[in-house]
Amino acid sequence: MRPVIPYVTAALLFGLGTYGVLRRRNAILVLIAVELMLNAVNLILVTADTTVRSQLPHGGQVFALFVIVLAAAEVGVGLAIVLQLYRLRASVAVDEVPLAEPPPTTAATPGEADR
Amino acid sequence: MTGTDALLLALGALAVGSGALAVATRHLVRAGLYLVLCLAAVAGMYLVLTAELVAWVQVLIYVGAVVVLLLFAVMLTRAPIGASTDLDRPGWPAALIGGGTGLGLAALLVEAYWWSSVPLPTAGSAERIGEQIFGSWVLPFEVLSVLLLAALVGAIILSRPDIGRSPVDQAGVSGADEASAEGRRPR
Repeated sequence: MRPVIPYVTAALLFGLGTYGVLRRRNAILVLIAVELMLNAVNLILVTADTTVRSQLPHGGQVFALFVIVLAAAEVGVGLAIVLQLYRLRASVAVDEVPLAEPPPTTAATPGEADR
Repeated sequence: MTGTDALLLALGALAVGSGALAVATRHLVRAGLYLVLCLAAVAGMYLVLTAELVAWVQVLIYVGAVVVLLLFAVMLTRAPIGASTDLDRPGWPAALIGGGTGLGLAALLVEAYWWSSVPLPTAGSAERIGEQIFGSWVLPFEVLSVLLLAALVGAIILSRPDIGRSPVDQAGVSGADEASAEGRRPR
């Protein structure tokens, strides 16, 4: 087995994921590109597990499993955020998200005086 | 070049090709389906690399759960069926950084390994991986279960904005919600 083949595949997948994260405007497509990057890292881990002889056997595969679980958690929380954003703004374009809240007006916050 | 190499090369080409289509397509749903193809090709590479358990976990969790979640989100955000023109930002900085990252990493790894060959270990069964997880890596495993619980609770709290507000605030917000729902209805 030539380890350079899966390694180069993983590097190219990571590059594609970076391109997708920077290029896409739709938040769901950004999440898809992040999944590509996570998969590239997993491929590196599994290939290194078969290539490098380590003190603890199969550390790479165990870490790949951990990364898959982390990706599942990340996608769950990420999609909750995306759906909340859609509910608030009726759009999921990431470059239309305001980075600062507009200053609150007195009429919009009647509950503030009670605190 | 042996059969293993040819298989890895074919699966790698499939993974990179479908990954490129997933980040370049103009159809939202097709991006998810190309992602399925890419993830399946990577799972095939895991199988060739003797990581059986990781391959099947990849198929179960990624293709089975994550992509279905993504497609749900595509449909819940009322994505258009056909091609959309407003999915992308201007491309050249992304192409520069992404291409630089990918080709730089590839050059680094090629320089490290060239065309050297290593023997494949005997196929890793679920038993040996399980021994490792519940032996050497049991503490990270437990911490990971706490993290999953935290992600679950966080997702629930994010999608229920009425949790954790004071009653006065809640009354005002639910009134505003109804008003906006009234305003949204004619659309």
